[in-house]
Amino acid sequence: MRQSRWWTVAGALIVLYTVFPLLWMLSLSFKPPSEIVSGKPSFFPKEWTWNNYDTVFSDTLFTSALRNSIGISLIATLLSVIVAMFAAYAIARLDFPGKRLLLSMALAIAMFPQAALVGPLFNMWRNFGIYDTWLGLIIPYLTFALPLSIWTMSAFFRQIPWEMEQAAQVDGATAWQAFRKVIVPLAAPGVFTTAILTFFFCWNDFLFAISLTSTDRARTVPAALAFFQGASQFESPVTYVMAAAVVVTIPVIILVLLFQRRIVAGLTAGAVKG
Amino acid sequence: MSRDVTPVPGEEQQVAVTETRPEAPARRPAKRSDRTRHERRLGLYLSSPSFLLMILVTAYPLVYALVLSFYNYRLTDPEGREFVGLGNYATILTDGLWWNDFLTTLIITVVTVAVELVLGFMFAFVMYRILVGKSLVRTSILIPYGIVTVVSAFIWRYAFALESGFVNQWLGLEDFNWFGERWSSLAVIMLSEIWKTTPFISLLLLAGLVQVPEELQEAAKVDGATAWQRLKRVTLPNMKAAIMVAVLFRTLDAWRIFDNPFIMTQGANNTETLSFLAYRQNVTLVNLGMGSAVSVLLFLTVVLIAVLFVKGFKTDLSQVRGDRK
Repeated sequence: MRQSRWWTVAGALIVLYTVFPLLWMLSLSFKPPSEIVSGKPSFFPKEWTWNNYDTVFSDTLFTSALRNSIGISLIATLLSVIVAMFAAYAIARLDFPGKRLLLSMALAIAMFPQAALVGPLFNMWRNFGIYDTWLGLIIPYLTFALPLSIWTMSAFFRQIPWEMEQAAQVDGATAWQAFRKVIVPLAAPGVFTTAILTFFFCWNDFLFAISLTSTDRARTVPAALAFFQGASQFESPVTYVMAAAVVVTIPVIILVLLFQRRIVAGLTAGAVKG
Repeated sequence: MSRDVTPVPGEEQQVAVTETRPEAPARRPAKRSDRTRHERRLGLYLSSPSFLLMILVTAYPLVYALVLSFYNYRLTDPEGREFVGLGNYATILTDGLWWNDFLTTLIITVVTVAVELVLGFMFAFVMYRILVGKSLVRTSILIPYGIVTVVSAFIWRYAFALESGFVNQWLGLEDFNWFGERWSSLAVIMLSEIWKTTPFISLLLLAGLVQVPEELQEAAKVDGATAWQRLKRVTLPNMKAAIMVAVLFRTLDAWRIFDNPFIMTQGANNTETLSFLAYRQNVTLVNLGMGSAVSVLLFLTVVLIAVLFVKGFKTDLSQVRGDRK
């Protein structure tokens, strides 16, 4: 019993480790910019204000970036999950030539230094006319998210008791009914978990976002943050950047709170098999 | 999709036995080979979109970069494009900048992976043993994992920056400028990287830890092994695969570090990394010939690291890939 208490103390330290920087972010986002230039800044604001959020949401640089981030991440996630679903089904269920090659290639892409591609893609996208468009970001996101999606989903698909499909058909269900009523509910959690992890991946990207965009047509929030200058050039942008940072962190926190178990299962299922 | 063969556990292990499979079961040879052919074709159809995307978006641009790297080609002066052979490579490899950035990247990679491994193992152990507050810890540890790297970079930058940060007050450092010199800048960059990615490594290690048979621990305990002996002789050897996978993934991930130095220092004070160099040559300077050569070299360094892991540390890649159950 005493031992268990020590582990809880250690656990509390981990929670502190993860939450402390978030508190700092929140605190900065509620400070008036005037507190940033002062000589001895404090951890918490002396005076709390919502102004930073107002400023950020009235700035088209941020609002268009937020729209781009949401749209591009969701579309790239959806496409990646669909493409990967086919491949994962094939890996989990079928024997075919190229299976090893597919898995090796996914591994190679997962390790690929993406910075090595920004030059050629920058040049190619300009020639194709998709530089600084949603499509220009969706294509690399979708591709680089594929390995993660394929691994995670094929690991989930392997655990599905596929023979239940036959059992349903023996009991008189048609092939479609067996698929829809038996397999889909079994596969859905794995697909959904994969979608969350893929979304995190797309939401996080910075390298492609600053390399393949030049205006707010397609610039996502991480890239916009790097350019954000605040309300006027005489004021420190710190508090505005943090308010914007809080906004892009909210979806992450919501997903983590709602789907903690799934995310842990997904992260470990794809990467390590005993 | 009907299959009248009940999947046997472990059937998936038979990777690449497709060639021999048709003659294996003697029961219904004709139908079997028919179905095998159908299965092979379906497998190829289903995986072809993934194949195509991966080749078109990575292999093709890489070959394109390889071709461009033999030219002197700036976007600002398209007419002046000329073939220079290996000239760009010679320039890069004899220039101090490449090796400087190489060293910076190497330092960041070695330090962050080492720290993360130790810290990640401690976290994994706590998550394994904790009873009260288990799900709270697991939930909170996912926050750094999910947070945008650029956001993490800003949080830590502002914590250390002179005009906004609390760190100097708390540590009594007066007006020490963390971003004024190389080592302190690198320290903050690495801190942000470590904070953000330790949770991932700890979850991988936790998955390995769970698989260490509890009976082995008990047996060692009965035999009078101390906690340290049990850790060294029982736990760690049984987690070897998980550790290698975690280290390989994190090493290659750290080697590509870009976001943190970009946000914190813009590469000032010798904090530029190889990915940053590739970005700067290609996108900022639009020096596509030279930039492409940097891209190719960066790619080769990654290949080299992967080969070192496989040959040197005997990392079983099928373990990483998940094609073994």
